[in-house]
Amino acid sequence: MKTKLTLAVAAAALATGAGSAQAENLTLCWAAWDPANALVELSKDFEAQSGHTMSFEFVPWTSFADRMLNELNSGGRLCDLMIGDSQWIGGGAENGHYVKLNDFFDANNISMDDFIPATVTGYAEWPKNTPNYWALPAFGDVVGWTYRRDWFERPALQAEFQETYGRPLDVPATLEELKDIAQFFQGRDIDGTTVYGAAIYTERGSEGITMGVTNALYNYGFQYGSPENPYELDGYVNSPGAVAGLEYYKELYDTATPPGSSNWYMGENIDAYRSGQVAMQMNFAFIWPGVHADPNVGGERSGYFPNPAGPEGQFAQLGGQGISVVAYSEKQDAALEYIQWFAQPEVQAKWWELGGYSALRSVLEDPGFADSQPYAQTFLDSMAIVKDFWAEPSYAELLLAMQARVHDYVIAGNGTAQEALDGLTEDWTEIFEYEGKL
Amino acid sequence: MTDTPITRVAKATPEPVARRIRGLSDRAIAWIFVAPTLFLLLAVNIFPLIWTIRLSFTDFRVNRPNRDAEWVGLENYQRILSDSDIWNTMQATAHFLVWTIVLQVLIGFTLAYLINKKFKGNDLWTTIIVLPMMLSPAVVGNFWTFLYQPQIGLFNYAVGFLTGVDPASFSMIGDVHLAPWSIVIADTWMWTPFVMLICLAGLRSIPDSIYEAAECDRASKWRQFWTITVPMVLPFLMLAVLFRGIENFKMFDLVVQLTGGGPGSVTEVTSINLKREAFEKWRTGYSSAYAVILFVTVFGLASIYVKALNKVKQR
Repeated sequence: MKTKLTLAVAAAALATGAGSAQAENLTLCWAAWDPANALVELSKDFEAQSGHTMSFEFVPWTSFADRMLNELNSGGRLCDLMIGDSQWIGGGAENGHYVKLNDFFDANNISMDDFIPATVTGYAEWPKNTPNYWALPAFGDVVGWTYRRDWFERPALQAEFQETYGRPLDVPATLEELKDIAQFFQGRDIDGTTVYGAAIYTERGSEGITMGVTNALYNYGFQYGSPENPYELDGYVNSPGAVAGLEYYKELYDTATPPGSSNWYMGENIDAYRSGQVAMQMNFAFIWPGVHADPNVGGERSGYFPNPAGPEGQFAQLGGQGISVVAYSEKQDAALEYIQWFAQPEVQAKWWELGGYSALRSVLEDPGFADSQPYAQTFLDSMAIVKDFWAEPSYAELLLAMQARVHDYVIAGNGTAQEALDGLTEDWTEIFEYEGKL
Repeated sequence: MTDTPITRVAKATPEPVARRIRGLSDRAIAWIFVAPTLFLLLAVNIFPLIWTIRLSFTDFRVNRPNRDAEWVGLENYQRILSDSDIWNTMQATAHFLVWTIVLQVLIGFTLAYLINKKFKGNDLWTTIIVLPMMLSPAVVGNFWTFLYQPQIGLFNYAVGFLTGVDPASFSMIGDVHLAPWSIVIADTWMWTPFVMLICLAGLRSIPDSIYEAAECDRASKWRQFWTITVPMVLPFLMLAVLFRGIENFKMFDLVVQLTGGGPGSVTEVTSINLKREAFEKWRTGYSSAYAVILFVTVFGLASIYVKALNKVKQR
């Protein structure tokens, strides 16, 4: 009996190719969120085609950077493939954590021209704007807005808004309009429940408030540095426009957000929106499939719009990630096979169908894409206006400095916006001086 | 002449094994048993401590394997001790430490005193009171985050009910003045039972005969409390303070869950700040110096305290 069983297992292994010399068990590391579940589903095709098996290591966003950067810094071999945050690219490249993919791309006819330029720059290149690739754009993401269309369309509210602001209650075109709408809903009674204007990012511990406030700062004139010298910060980071942007965000927080929302990020914003607490929520686009499918707020009850324009332009904070091969992996060949498979247009099309946001142009530029989902057009519009945070090897220090300075002003109410941004300029200058870049 | 334990063991051991053991001295056998523990202690505690001290004099960064670490002498220590942000975190830690200990000792002792009275159901009450300390601090942090919610939180509702203030008008974890207290309250809720249990052990160790003798001497209840109860429970109470002090100096998960160190940096205690320096900014050398300073502080204060505790016990 035992012999029969062994033979049967061996035969099955041979039939599936699992017994071949190249068959590997690859581990892919990413954050624990909805798109990761979609990727598990998608990867079943890879397993069937290649004979490799896939394991997944997903960590919640709040501890994702801690866990995975520890893994990389210690030369850990847990992850063969890493969908690391876009800001990690500089460190991943300079510290030798990621395999450089240029030769592999050339050998396999994978062209970065086939991907949306912003995602190539944001997720794959280091140094930025040079053709040195350390990742394949894997998941396009951007901060945008979700709103309660069913509330916006109520005649009584429309009439009151029109009377108060002299324009219809509709998707805001500017950040000032967004603030008006948020303030209009703040503390309002809707169907017997007190509701609030907007859920915005305010989280202190990881990256939350930075990912939120930049959506105002960019549009009011904040720049990371001089166009001639990226490390020349004074007058750009703390420009009068940047100060106005920071003041705008504080006013939005003070006058149009739910009480107690002083430490909110993606999860809290989703909860507030889905429980009917807020009229609008700021959040990364990855949540839209979930909102659309939600029995309480989904379908026609919700709409989506890109981050509105400010006086100095219209930008939105880039999210999303590229997929890299970890340099410490002993299964790099199999990991590269996965990337080769993942880059195929038909796989990317299925990725979008399953809820993953493809960055491949053939998927996004398909004539049917904009109508494929109610949020597809907003995703396209948003991806066209993205800007990203520093991707320097020292990005964590840069990020934490910004978190502290901005939270201290916006949430704790300490000092002025000018002082906060002057302080941030000093912090960042000190970091770049230490790095030898100044 | 009586046999020593070793000789007895040797006699009882079968011949081939006994021959091998007979060749070893007591000291050698002792070393064989102690060596694994000693090795573990050296590997897990002493070596990392020495390595940390060494790193604290360098500018090493663990995320920069391509960059050589340079010897910087006392620069890290100098930077830490002159950094106003770090002094602010020390201040936040001190505030948290002092108030949690004061409240936990007062409430814990009072509860122990009440529970120690013989009444029906006191075992059940003890169990109920002890429940919070059985939870994980991260769970407690999450739990209190909901309690502090202005719209739905029970805490805000209770405060509103008692004072007439609108529960949605204040945020315990979002207000710069209230946030430190939100942590003190949650920690006190969680750890007062621990202090209570230690005090209860102290109270129950006092023989009834002492109180009976005091009764014979017509000492008032108040006098009995101050001259018998308090002095005899004091060593237990001091032990509780020592445990809570060391634990709260390292407080991390509860604060992270509740406030994440905010608003601003008002609740950023030293453990959170150290973690940021070491594992988010990856300033390994700098954070090693920081850890050494904290270690020396806790070790020094605890040593002084233990000496005082021993004096109290000897009285």
